[in-house]
Amino acid sequence: MSKQIITSEEYVYDVQGLNLWYGSDQALNDINMKINKNEVTAIIGPSGCGKSTFIKTLNRMIENIPIVKTSGEILYHGKNIFDKSVRVEELRTTVGMVFQKPNPFPKSIFENVVYGPKIHGIKDKQVLMEICETSLKSAALWTEVKDRLHDNAYGLSGGQQQRLCIARCLAVQPDVILMDEPTSALDPIATAKIEELINRLKSEYTIAIVTHSMQQAGRISDKTAFFLMGELIEYDGTEIIFSNPRDKRTEDYITGRFG
Amino acid sequence: MRVMLDNELKSIHVDIIKMGTLIEKTIDETINALVDHDVELAQRIVEGDDRFDRMELEIESKCINVIARRQPVATDLRKLMSILKIVTDLERIADHCQDISKLTLDLAGKTYVKPLIDLPNMAKQVKNMVKMTIDCYIDEDVEKGKLICADDDIVDDYYDMIFADLENIMKENPKEVRQCMDFMMIAKYFERMADHATNIAEWVIYGVEGKHFDINE
Repeated sequence: MSKQIITSEEYVYDVQGLNLWYGSDQALNDINMKINKNEVTAIIGPSGCGKSTFIKTLNRMIENIPIVKTSGEILYHGKNIFDKSVRVEELRTTVGMVFQKPNPFPKSIFENVVYGPKIHGIKDKQVLMEICETSLKSAALWTEVKDRLHDNAYGLSGGQQQRLCIARCLAVQPDVILMDEPTSALDPIATAKIEELINRLKSEYTIAIVTHSMQQAGRISDKTAFFLMGELIEYDGTEIIFSNPRDKRTEDYITGRFG
Repeated sequence: MRVMLDNELKSIHVDIIKMGTLIEKTIDETINALVDHDVELAQRIVEGDDRFDRMELEIESKCINVIARRQPVATDLRKLMSILKIVTDLERIADHCQDISKLTLDLAGKTYVKPLIDLPNMAKQVKNMVKMTIDCYIDEDVEKGKLICADDDIVDDYYDMIFADLENIMKENPKEVRQCMDFMMIAKYFERMADHATNIAEWVIYGVEGKHFDINE
């Protein structure tokens, strides 16, 4: 019953009055925003504006930094992720993350993809192989690596490594994929592949992506959030943000007047 | 980067103002040639139209270069799009000056069926609209833009009046049908110029406000 309610929701996250401090420095200030299901939400803003902090808060990865304090609520499918009953490992299974630099494990391609499922107790070789194939296909990497699944992942190119990391993230069947500048270390062709992949994945997943490239936000996202000095300045349809933003500060940033 | 974009936008802006100012002058000359039966002046206007075609091409190509190289967004993008539309309307206005001057040449040496009173008044109204349009573009003046859109009705009224007049003359004096048809075309060209001026004002408003303005809404 509750599952049905969840699937009929329009948004996955509902962030309410979120504040965050690193020690005494406030990095996020009263953030309120909803992240829509099956959409790509881009988060843009100059360095130090809090966009990476924000995205890392969505799966509580930010808590790895001991001095972090938060207040406010992040409702994920209606449930506050800071609630004591929420198990952070479970949250990070359903909310996967892909980082700026590809970070495969020093293992084979196969072992990289099935690492998560194995930890979750799946031992059947056949099942693991199926998961590996499905995940690599979803990450648009299968045809390139299917004949060398047991080669070390470090032998792949940067773009392939990043798609492998996406495959690894997909293998545990997440619901949301957070991406922190996933293409900033890649060349334009590898970038284009990742962007096509993001566009394809959104029919099944909800994606939030931090990007320094305004053009990338314009190309791939449905909604764009502009952060500045820890505040959410403007959040709207990407077309509106890039054609007729309401706030002067958004206009100044995207037209390169500061930043 | 921003400085380079600003310089390029400024250069296009100056080109539009130059083109607009030259068109204003050409409209004046078009009226004078028609009223004074000035064949030489009319001939010069007809031959001078190439300048406007060249200006249009140059402004378009500058806009395309900026879009390709600087990927402008928000106000910058809207202004460039407005300019691309405005330059087409300006070029059409210049075309109509040429069209009218060709008819002036056609009418040369003929005694006009009646003294030209309404037509020059209509033409002056159109010229004022075009002048205001250029000012509105330079100052990015949305309110002035809206006034220009409203002024289009005055020109339309002139056109209806001239149309009815000419219809009467043609009925009474079938021999002068050819000349009346020429004047009918001239009135129509002036009326179209006012429409183009209105379009320009609408694009200025779009560039500034980011939404389309429709006087009837």
